Amino acid sequence: MKLKLATAAIAAVMAAGPALADLTFSALSYRTGPYAANGIPFADGYIDYFTLLNERDGGINGEKVNIVECETGYNTEKGVECYESTKGSGALVYQPLSTGITYQLIPKVTSDNIPLHSMGYGRTSAKNGKVFTNIFNYPANYWDGASHAVTHILDINGGDISGKKIALVYHNSAYGKEPIRTLEELAKKHGYELTLLPVDHPGQEQKSQWLQIRREKPDYVLMWGWGVMNQVAVQEAVNIRFPMENFIGIWWSGSENDVLPAGEGANGYKALTFHNLGSDYPFYADLKKYVVDTGKTAGAGDQLGTALYNRGMYAAMLAAEAAKTAQEIHGTTAITPAMMRDGMENLEMTEAKMTALGLPKFGPEFKVSCENHGGDGYGAVAQWDAVAKEWNLITDYFQSDQEILAPLIEEDSAAYAAENGITPGC
Amino acid sequence: MFYREAGDFKTSYTEDNQTFPIKFDRYRYYAVLVFAFAVVPFVINDYWVNAVFLPFLIYAIAAIGLNILVGYCGQVSLGTGGFMAVGAYAVYKLMTSFPDVSMFIHVILAGVITAGVGVLFGLPSLRIKGFYLAVATLAAQFFLVWLFNRVPWFYNYSASGQISAPERTVLGVPITGAETAPWAAYLFCLVFVTVCAIIARNLTRGMAGRKWMAIRDMDIAAEIIGVNPLKAKLTAFAVSSFFVGISGALFFSVYLGAVEVGEVFGINKSFLVLFMVIIGGLGSIFGSFAGAAFLVLLPVLLKNTLVGGLGWPTDLAAHLEFIIVGALIIIFLIAEPHGLAQLWRVTKEKLRLWPFPH
Repeated sequence: MKLKLATAAIAAVMAAGPALADLTFSALSYRTGPYAANGIPFADGYIDYFTLLNERDGGINGEKVNIVECETGYNTEKGVECYESTKGSGALVYQPLSTGITYQLIPKVTSDNIPLHSMGYGRTSAKNGKVFTNIFNYPANYWDGASHAVTHILDINGGDISGKKIALVYHNSAYGKEPIRTLEELAKKHGYELTLLPVDHPGQEQKSQWLQIRREKPDYVLMWGWGVMNQVAVQEAVNIRFPMENFIGIWWSGSENDVLPAGEGANGYKALTFHNLGSDYPFYADLKKYVVDTGKTAGAGDQLGTALYNRGMYAAMLAAEAAKTAQEIHGTTAITPAMMRDGMENLEMTEAKMTALGLPKFGPEFKVSCENHGGDGYGAVAQWDAVAKEWNLITDYFQSDQEILAPLIEEDSAAYAAENGITPGC
Repeated sequence: MFYREAGDFKTSYTEDNQTFPIKFDRYRYYAVLVFAFAVVPFVINDYWVNAVFLPFLIYAIAAIGLNILVGYCGQVSLGTGGFMAVGAYAVYKLMTSFPDVSMFIHVILAGVITAGVGVLFGLPSLRIKGFYLAVATLAAQFFLVWLFNRVPWFYNYSASGQISAPERTVLGVPITGAETAPWAAYLFCLVFVTVCAIIARNLTRGMAGRKWMAIRDMDIAAEIIGVNPLKAKLTAFAVSSFFVGISGALFFSVYLGAVEVGEVFGINKSFLVLFMVIIGGLGSIFGSFAGAAFLVLLPVLLKNTLVGGLGWPTDLAAHLEFIIVGALIIIFLIAEPHGLAQLWRVTKEKLRLWPFPH
């Protein structure tokens, strides 16, 4: 028995080992565990986009796309195992959809020279490409998000929010703590008062935080939540009759899963986003024709058009476009992870490109460069319509307060460079 | 046939009391050591180190540590995750404050610091026993995780509250950080496992171990025959936390490289290590290894077989993994309540008589 198991193990490892001739993209997804409700739509969107490319165009410039999926369960130990097991298959880019796993992979991918794209999560100061050569976090990061929220509040109040009270309800982890510095700096600039309310993993217990909100009556509540924490927070806000239009979540707190359980009460809840929502795009017609109708959707195929599905699609789109850029630069269709890195560093997303892909106005326009791996920090605000059960963009894409953010990013990346003996350069 | 005492004459007390009294066992032990130290480092790659060997070796140290407390001294503890966190944060503070000192010293110091914290949280064990003590150690678990999340000094005021291990060396060879060679990380942990296991084995069969076992079996009787419960219980807590601290330090610095305390050293970790000890066998050093191997290697093996070998969807495989591992745990505990170590003991008894059982 032992021998059989050992043979099976060796056979399995060997089967997972050999590199394929196709372009390999890894999907470190989580379809199980406490955050599965959010992990599934993202993973489905990511994989379906590549399936469509394979079915419709025969891959990217003739190279078939091969997806290696690995289940992390949002767990950092499994994330390490997944990274090591998929690395050998020549994965071009990693997108772990977890800030914890991102932190862990930053030194590893840099030493293996594989690019890592943490889209809207991960380490914010990775925007500084001089220090973080292999890490990309375009088109927007947490600090942009914090600034977007404050800018939006400024817009509502005609540009003056001094003396207003803003509370931050956050997941008490690396992820949730990210915006605090930025919000504190912005508080100095705009003169609002910031209250911090941490919520411990997984976030089902928030009674005391919302009791405090009821007592202190902040004018606005911001939220950095993920998974079940979002649903509970929205429900609690409804319970204490907090005005929903003054409740703004980060993009990870803005999926259908988060607002549907609260029903009508969630109407008016706002969430930030860096890509467009809904399924009203020419792209979706192709998706239906080539993937849905042929039964090739990933997972159960019931997530199409949801906010996180679109985000997964957007992540895949950016990866595919970066791969195309890399193919142009290096004049070969069979690119390596190192070439993919160059492609990501020279990626330019324009309106014309997105329209050609059948996704007009799907995301902001941005250009990545060697110094700036994080795009220009454009984002928008979406609002939940509980009757129609859909998210609607209520603003255009607007830029975050670069004047505040740039020195913070410089400072944090310099600290990282000093701690790890990196000489910044471009 | 090969596995027997007959003809293997012992002429001194030391020989009679050695860990492996049977020649075949002894040579097998030497063979394993030679293989682990002299062969594996040459053939090992990134995947085997990071997915298989490092977690196994590090969990084995934690399991040995907890086994001393629970298996030998009978004090139930649910604070393992918290104590591992102490080890991790201690080594982080040490390696960032004294970058030039060898990692060996840092890891050992982290163990010493954890031992101190362990003694502090072991104090209630003098008054309370059994489930009540488990609850008291549970408080340690939550308090320590809360502390490391709350006080920015522990994570050097980083924006996210994460700690990440910079590159540090032993004799000029990088042991932590991304540039670490697989063999270096493996050998570093292997040395710690080997030394810890030998220390634990010798402690448990000596005076200290006998005192712990006396306390475990009946503390009043032990007190009457002259065992000082204060000393015995606190030394058990200290030694146990020392090992657990070392494993926490290695877990953070060599294995993961970046840690978020709530996620990595949460209550789940305490239970995982406790299950390793129970499945492996309470009061057995071999059991600690067996339990760690069972709970670390089996999921990886299942994942590779189901997803890599059979090509099943990852979510289905992940769920099946839970079912299979859970079922195996139940089956093992019904078939052999004393754990894998007892199974091994029974096998040995049978082997002695094989092939003529009558």
